[in-house]
Amino acid sequence: MLSGPVIVLASFAYLGLLFAIAYYADHRADAGRSVIASPYIYSLSLAVYATAWTFYGSVGRAASDGVGFLPIYIGPTLMIALWWVVMRKILRISKQNRITSLADFVASRYGKSALLGGIVTVIAVIGILPYISLQLKAVSTSVTILVQYPRIIMPENIGAAPGREDTALWVALILAAFTIAFGTRHLDAAEHHPGLVAAIAFESLVKLLAFLAVGLFVTFGMYDGFGDLFARASAAPGMQALMTPFEGVAGGYATWAWLTILSMMAIMFLPRQFQVTVIENVDEKHLDKAIWLFPLYMLAINVFVLPIAFGGLLRFPDGSVDADTFVLTLPMAEKQEWLALLVFIGGLSAATGMVIVETIALSTMVCNDLVMPVLLRMRKLRLNERRDLTGLLLAIRRSAIVLILLLGYLYYRLAGEAYALVSIGLISFAAVAQFAPVILGGIFWKEGTRLGALAGLLSGFAVWSYTLLLPALARSGWVPIGLLERGPFDISLLRPLQLFGLSGLDQITHAMIWSMLANIVAYVGVSLLRLPSAEEHRQASLFVDVFRQDGEAGGARFWRGTASVPDLYNLLARFTGAASADEAFAQYAAARGMQWPDEGLVADAALVHYVEVQLGGSIGAASARVMVASVVTEDALTIDEVREILDEASQVVVYSHRLKQKSHELEAATAELREANERLKELDKLKDDFVSTVTHELRTPLTSIRAFTEILLDEPEPGIERRRRFLGIITKEAARLTRLINEVLDLAKLESGKADWAESRIDMKEVISDTLAAMDQLFREKGIRVDARLPDGVSVVTADLDRMIQVMLNLLSNAAKFCDAADGRIEISLVEREGQVQVDVSDNGRGIRPEDLEAVFSKFYQADRESNERPRGSGLGLHISRQIVTHFGGRMWVESRAGSGARFSFTLPARGRPAA
Amino acid sequence: MSSHPERKGQRMVAICMLGALLFNFPVLALFNVSGTLFGIPLLYAFLFSAWAAVIALMAIVVDFDG
Repeated sequence: MLSGPVIVLASFAYLGLLFAIAYYADHRADAGRSVIASPYIYSLSLAVYATAWTFYGSVGRAASDGVGFLPIYIGPTLMIALWWVVMRKILRISKQNRITSLADFVASRYGKSALLGGIVTVIAVIGILPYISLQLKAVSTSVTILVQYPRIIMPENIGAAPGREDTALWVALILAAFTIAFGTRHLDAAEHHPGLVAAIAFESLVKLLAFLAVGLFVTFGMYDGFGDLFARASAAPGMQALMTPFEGVAGGYATWAWLTILSMMAIMFLPRQFQVTVIENVDEKHLDKAIWLFPLYMLAINVFVLPIAFGGLLRFPDGSVDADTFVLTLPMAEKQEWLALLVFIGGLSAATGMVIVETIALSTMVCNDLVMPVLLRMRKLRLNERRDLTGLLLAIRRSAIVLILLLGYLYYRLAGEAYALVSIGLISFAAVAQFAPVILGGIFWKEGTRLGALAGLLSGFAVWSYTLLLPALARSGWVPIGLLERGPFDISLLRPLQLFGLSGLDQITHAMIWSMLANIVAYVGVSLLRLPSAEEHRQASLFVDVFRQDGEAGGARFWRGTASVPDLYNLLARFTGAASADEAFAQYAAARGMQWPDEGLVADAALVHYVEVQLGGSIGAASARVMVASVVTEDALTIDEVREILDEASQVVVYSHRLKQKSHELEAATAELREANERLKELDKLKDDFVSTVTHELRTPLTSIRAFTEILLDEPEPGIERRRRFLGIITKEAARLTRLINEVLDLAKLESGKADWAESRIDMKEVISDTLAAMDQLFREKGIRVDARLPDGVSVVTADLDRMIQVMLNLLSNAAKFCDAADGRIEISLVEREGQVQVDVSDNGRGIRPEDLEAVFSKFYQADRESNERPRGSGLGLHISRQIVTHFGGRMWVESRAGSGARFSFTLPARGRPAA
Repeated sequence: MSSHPERKGQRMVAICMLGALLFNFPVLALFNVSGTLFGIPLLYAFLFSAWAAVIALMAIVVDFDG
């Protein structure tokens, strides 16, 4: 079943599926509903880190030195713990400065240096070639082995099979075509590729599932789980050593530590990792999930590496099968065709993911930081005058992709055969580690200069080439092997693998020690030799102080010169197309409350900076700077001026902090004032209400007095009976008026707190008895029966005696007023409970409606307002009584059911037994 | 309990240091001996469980801590 055509068909079907996913994701992103706006997709896309190296190579490494494959994944885990500090900063810097690649980042940091960007690009391309060749090797090897099914023959033993090398070439070309289709269909100003990210995330799932499938098959299908597998491996000859791999290996721990450090650098500075982590990041918050999900992914894909390695060693004990192919050859040997095909697809996904993202990232760098700066400087080409350069940009990128893959193939032919997969990959890791000092230094250390960065990168790269690249070429016979054994010109101190006599280390450790030493010493040393220029100083502060910057405007304050709006617009339109340029200008204008096109738009520092940043999104910071410089006349700032601006800026920051604080205080004060004002307004309204009510209440008796007086005056001869009646009314109304005025005065005194309180210990029993005695006449007249239950021994209270009599009088007269007219009954009781002395006065009148229970205590409440009777009280009595009781720490309330009377009660705190 | 970004950063740096200690010479040497834990060679059992623990710590600090 597993014939060549089936394999080819499956491969293309898989690539087609990837393309469909990418197309769908692009489509969704254009519609504003991007599928990649998810922390999970982001985390999965980071797993592009796991390539064919992980998929095939880890097992190979594990078969030779046990846990030796693990630092490559533990290192990144440790580095990612630092991402919260480091990567958040890089993300913020990149977003604010519209960084498009690793080279752009370095160039931008060190004064937008085109030279530096170019050097980073060259190092990255050369450094990554071995890594790409590793993928080509892995894919072509897996195809070559798989088509031999059911036989298991290593490629080198197949002999003169036709076109074996051609497999790798075909793989390279197909991947190039595929990458071009993926990454360079159109030009995105921000270098975002949502389709690519979605496809990569899918590939990460595929390779993980495929690898787990093999792992489960080997562990539980071929053996009885981990315990069984490890037990058999321990018993097998020569494999015991793999259980304790540090035993007897000179420098074993040093190698382990250096590999950890190396992969810590790789996870940040591999161009493809920078691409997916930084450039393709759509939301800084996605980092939170990725920080633990991505390490978890690496853990998951590594769990079965050792079981597969041991399974392979047990299955092929004669060493005829390359351990790098165990993942594929084990299912083949067990006649699991479908599993073998799945593994092949998994390996393909691991390799294609890496190649696609890596070449897109590299091609962006080659275009923006290597080719364009050169082309733009060639005045003969007159590129400055071309109307639309987007076609040219795309063409450069496409050629770069093809070129890089062909170079990768070339490296595979030149040097790839002599090394195992992991060893090839580590050479690339060591190359990108050279970026670590200039980037990490660049975001935390302002003194790093352009020359320092140049010196550091070039020395590090030179040492890398000498100690890793050269030996790789020599081993393959392209450089005389004698160079390795005796050193150049027979100077043994300069032997590439034992530089200055340092021996006893493995090749990678040896190269890392020397290259990092050279790199860091040169970077720091040269940086400290000279002060940074104005441009460098300003970029350094933009990067290092990124969390203190205020958005994109941060860079604008360093610019001084003259420009014109149409020039700037045309410049942007040439590189990004008129539509994008229009959109960009419209956004800029909208942010300033203007329309585009608008006469009012001035080509000030902010606009120039804005255009430069937008342009940087398509052609890189260094090129953008050159282009913007071509349409504006800039007055260069001196270093002192830049310093001054920075000082001013920090002053401004301090001031604005203070200002913020002051305005907060002001806000709080305003809120308090507003509240006080509200209270005053309310009191004012209450006062108005009070005055109008009082006036009204005063007018009523006055009106009736006046009316009756007038009648008496007008009637010449009123009957004696009639006169007596009228005078009686007038006297009663006058008395009411007097009472009302007294009560209003009383209330005013109470409310203003000016009342005189004469506090003494009084016995409520006496107060009630005295009041009842005073009112005895009234009750008798009205025929009201009074039932008072006043037990002895109730505690005294502390209060004003006259006031308490006032309260009792009020309650009793109310009760008399409202009790049943025909058969009036009033009950009074005095009890002590829970430290309170309580007095209840009940009548048998018509009661109070539930909604009025509280209202009766308000000012001027008239129980009979609705009936047209003349009011029988001032409406202040209960209000004043409650105020009095409250003043002495008690409480007053009423209970009633309509139709069955009301019971007014009040309490006062008990103050001990009355004196006998 | 939510953390200030700087505090989170410090915790993450501490986790990185813890990891650097766990996955390095003196500690690794303690486990580089023959013997098994549930049938799994000691060194492997240690590396994978310590690795998982470090990841769990990172998840707790960065994602589940408000």
